[in-house]
Amino acid sequence: MSEDPQAPSALALARLMLTRDLKLASRKASQLVQPLAFFAIVITLFPLAVTPELAKLRHIAPGVVWAAALLSSLLALEFLFRDDAQDGTLEQYALSGRSLTGLLIAKTAAHWLLTGLPLALMAPLAGAALGIPNAALPGVLASVTIGTVTLSLIGAVGAALTLGVRRAGALLSLLTLPLEIPVLIFGARAMKLAIAARPYGAPLTLLAGLAVLGLTLAPLAVAAAVRINLE
Amino acid sequence: MAWTWFHRLASPPHIYRTAGRLTPWFAWPAALLIVAGLIGGLYLAPPDYQQGDGYRIMYVHAPSAWLSLMVYTIVAVAGGIGLIWRMKVAHAVAAASAPIGASFTLATLVTGSLWGKPMWGTYWAWDPRLTSELILFFMYLGYMGLRAAFEDVQRADRISAVLAVVGLVDVPIVHYSVVWWNSLHQGPSVMYLGKPTMPPSMLVPLLVMFLGFTLFFGAVLMMRLRGEVLLRERTATWVREAIRT
Amino acid sequence: MSDSTLKGENVHLWRGDRHVLRGVHFSITGGHCLQLTGPNGAGKTTLLRTVCGLSYPEEGRISWRGTDVRADLPAFHAQLAYLGHEPPLKLELTARENLHYWVGVRRRLSKAGIDEALERVGAARWADRPVRTLSAGQKRRAALAGLTLMRVPLWLLDEPTTNLDTEGQRLVGRLIDEHLAEGGLAIAAVHHELTVSAQGLRRLELQL
Repeated sequence: MSEDPQAPSALALARLMLTRDLKLASRKASQLVQPLAFFAIVITLFPLAVTPELAKLRHIAPGVVWAAALLSSLLALEFLFRDDAQDGTLEQYALSGRSLTGLLIAKTAAHWLLTGLPLALMAPLAGAALGIPNAALPGVLASVTIGTVTLSLIGAVGAALTLGVRRAGALLSLLTLPLEIPVLIFGARAMKLAIAARPYGAPLTLLAGLAVLGLTLAPLAVAAAVRINLE
Repeated sequence: MAWTWFHRLASPPHIYRTAGRLTPWFAWPAALLIVAGLIGGLYLAPPDYQQGDGYRIMYVHAPSAWLSLMVYTIVAVAGGIGLIWRMKVAHAVAAASAPIGASFTLATLVTGSLWGKPMWGTYWAWDPRLTSELILFFMYLGYMGLRAAFEDVQRADRISAVLAVVGLVDVPIVHYSVVWWNSLHQGPSVMYLGKPTMPPSMLVPLLVMFLGFTLFFGAVLMMRLRGEVLLRERTATWVREAIRT
Repeated sequence: MSDSTLKGENVHLWRGDRHVLRGVHFSITGGHCLQLTGPNGAGKTTLLRTVCGLSYPEEGRISWRGTDVRADLPAFHAQLAYLGHEPPLKLELTARENLHYWVGVRRRLSKAGIDEALERVGAARWADRPVRTLSAGQKRRAALAGLTLMRVPLWLLDEPTTNLDTEGQRLVGRLIDEHLAEGGLAIAAVHHELTVSAQGLRRLELQL
């Protein structure tokens, strides 16, 4: 394609995109903290609404943690493409002569690092507060870590589709949540098995399978949607 | 060129006329088949030895469920064709189909829960098929919502086509994950079709209903497609002439 | 770059019901600048976006060096720079950082190269301030620095002189002149007169 020796390699490009988004995020950290705070608040609602008894909370903990993770990842999507679309940066990417799909994969990866990973690191904490035994916390961490990869990918599709829509919040959730249901099912199942001290490798493998499938297909859809919205 | 038929097929006035001509060819057989299927299913077929007369709602429920999936596939495939070959008529087909598909999905949910009352003693029991049908209904709502969010029809067409294609990949994954989820919880499940044991007197009306519903969809699609084409071409001179006559 | 010819033939484009571009023809070669004029809504921005391949013309074609640009859009994009209404800058980053991340996607940049470009547009003094604190004219200058850094033969500029003082407007003219002198091409949509040397200037008037 571009035989220009001046052009940075794909690897250098990925690093450029990642450092850019990390630097941008560090200069508006509140955007990153808010979805995490939201996650914590949603978790807090359940003991207050249902019961403070840990034995009972433990029972619903996988569902609570996963539903909260889905909703909080939805909130974080607001920042994925919106700023770049508004100030014309996305346009410049589309016209850079480099693979738009590749650039958007790097962007989505940065988004996962900035929102998915922190969420995964918080999940064991939330789990412990909901009475999940310590021995099961590695399972909680693993299931949310792998699951949020797919959430970031599906979320990127939703965010790209609604780029041109003002106040897209409700529509975005209507588009992405049904697509994310398999992640919820497998993720919550893995957590449940971990709590019961049973092997949870099978649902984790299914989660990983979803992530791989998402990684191969979602970037194509994201790039197509971004191009259409730039038209 | 071999492409000329393709372009003629894709020209809006041609589509408008053809859809109009085809409508009765779908509508009349559909009406006859549905009446015949209803008579066969509601009067001629014997009561089920387990479910009594309750099973008869299957004659509406099963064809609706089939169409809810088939129409989603049509929406996605038509959208994909429109996206790849920039064929506006394909987008019009997708736009015209989606609300019909959503209606069939809603009909499936309503008849399914009506069926559930005598079977499970409750209208809603998180049966895996009804649950994935419910998720499909949300996907239809999302699709139509996304479409409605854009003023520019062409952008709405192309954006919603991307969603439909993504959804088509996801529908089987959602379905199997829900079935898997249900198998873990041993929730209530009803055998919709008595599998191979169903006697011909029950089976034949069902097949007739399947065919009748599919043709009915064809007829409604033709009518809606005409409306869709008129809406999209409202400034063209041929539309003014077509409306005057 | 003697064979650098950008050509538009019979370009039609609709926006919903509106027939915005109605058979636009143009052709420019290296060393020339095409000035797009016409009232608001005549399709200047649309034409620029269609030329660079963001919008898809329903009819007609755009060709670059004799081949349809749609045949290999990434290769065509590697040859062009597009500046839209808004400077594509991140408010949270400094002008220097912006150039690094924006133009850096296209080519490897040296610190000296960035410094030189900033110097050229008179931005050296405030290059390390966050763009948020800059005036609209300063942002415009930073965007122009990015343009010169890209080192591409084809410039597509949408209102490049907006928010610039007279000195800044002369700067735009000078940059374009230097670009043309190197055999480059430019298409610029402008309201004001461009201060470009007359022999390189062509005009295309778009009607409402």
